[in-house]
Amino acid sequence: MQDLGIKVLFMGNNFLRLLEGLWITIRISLISVALSVVFGILLGVLMTRRNLMIKAITKVYLEFIRIMPQLVLLFLVYFGLTKMYGINLSGEVSAIVVFTLWGTAEMGDLVRSALISIPRHQYESGAALGLTTVQIYWHIIIPQTLRRLVPLAINLTTRMIKTTSLVVLIGVVEVLKVAQQIIEANRYTVPDSALWIYGTIFFLYFIVCWPISLVAGRLEKRWKS
Amino acid sequence: MEELEKLLELRHIHKDYGNGAILKDVSLDIHKGEVVVLIGPSGCGKSTLLRCVNGLESIQSGDILLDGNVISGKKTKWSEVRQKIGMVFQSYDLFPHMTVLDNILLGPMKVQGRKKQEVQEEAEKLLERVGLLDKKNAFPRQLSGGQKQRVAIVRALILKPEIMLFDEVTAALDPEMVREVLDVMLELAKAGSTMMIVTHEMQFARAVADRIVFLDDGEIVEADTPENFFEHPKTERAQKFLNTFLF
Repeated sequence: MQDLGIKVLFMGNNFLRLLEGLWITIRISLISVALSVVFGILLGVLMTRRNLMIKAITKVYLEFIRIMPQLVLLFLVYFGLTKMYGINLSGEVSAIVVFTLWGTAEMGDLVRSALISIPRHQYESGAALGLTTVQIYWHIIIPQTLRRLVPLAINLTTRMIKTTSLVVLIGVVEVLKVAQQIIEANRYTVPDSALWIYGTIFFLYFIVCWPISLVAGRLEKRWKS
Repeated sequence: MEELEKLLELRHIHKDYGNGAILKDVSLDIHKGEVVVLIGPSGCGKSTLLRCVNGLESIQSGDILLDGNVISGKKTKWSEVRQKIGMVFQSYDLFPHMTVLDNILLGPMKVQGRKKQEVQEEAEKLLERVGLLDKKNAFPRQLSGGQKQRVAIVRALILKPEIMLFDEVTAALDPEMVREVLDVMLELAKAGSTMMIVTHEMQFARAVADRIVFLDDGEIVEADTPENFFEHPKTERAQKFLNTFLF
């Protein structure tokens, strides 16, 4: 046993670089999730409207985004926009645009289903007590909607964090790319570093996503009714 | 009836969903302290009539007056009117994210702006009256159907309404829970509450009502004391309806 691959981790500032890569991953995810929540709520409310035109447009949007693999969307935005319109977005911005488009669609659908799952009688019994429409929403409808929504939204966040690994393919240097660079640089000196580095990444993703999943599970249990 | 002060007046109510009339020229006066039970076949419009009274359904023509004031106009402040008209629904509809006590306090605190302390005392008294004081901190999902319905009654009562509307409140309950809810209503009736009740429980209707109003096909066919109505129904339609309850 001369060269354990794990030593690569502690060479130079390799581990720090991995963490920096992880931060890029998290940053893309957080910004996308934040934007998705805002736009998703708007989209979800729109989707509960009876207007046929709105219904058709939101439906097409939702289906389009869902059917397209995220990678294709990334290529479309990153390469396609440049080629077609000369719009030159950085990899990270492209990633945020794509993940926001995707997150908005998913979130919108979650908001829609949470809203329509509140029975009509909840509105009526609120009204029968003399509550105004605003009070009915504030005290009765929104708290119930949020309870249904928050665990689902948190799950969406973990999915998004995992899916950001695709952005390597449009040249964003996030945690996975850093890993590849480290492995490449040590190919001859430490040939078995790949296992160790990727193993580390496994744990990094796990450490980020697991607590989020735990929180979602907890909330779901607490708010089950 | 010793006094004949009109509390609620329905004058020539007409209601239409666009595909045939639901209520046709319905007129009915409810006096203070009176218990009126609406009965009739499904789809006859009795629930709709009840929902029109507190504005959950609009009417196309006619007037509804409460204490001599028209409440069916365009400018009605329903938030104010509904405090005077308590309503309990078939599916009880407690707010699932709140405890029993919070369900009851929501109306008085948010609508009437009353202090939590004083309403809470009242709420606890009412809960005790319906035998549910020990459940005050429970969530609706921990209660049986009958218990939920009793809480729903308290939730309406705490606003001190002038009239209570009961829309088939036992229809969704398991048979063994019907009694506990009807007992509460019977007690309210004895205490002098004004009530409009839609029900399919004929025995109960007979026991609780001062007046039975029989609706069929959107119109009032017969209105009489329970004795007269159940023993000597005048119209053929009422006879036919009552016969469906005989085996």
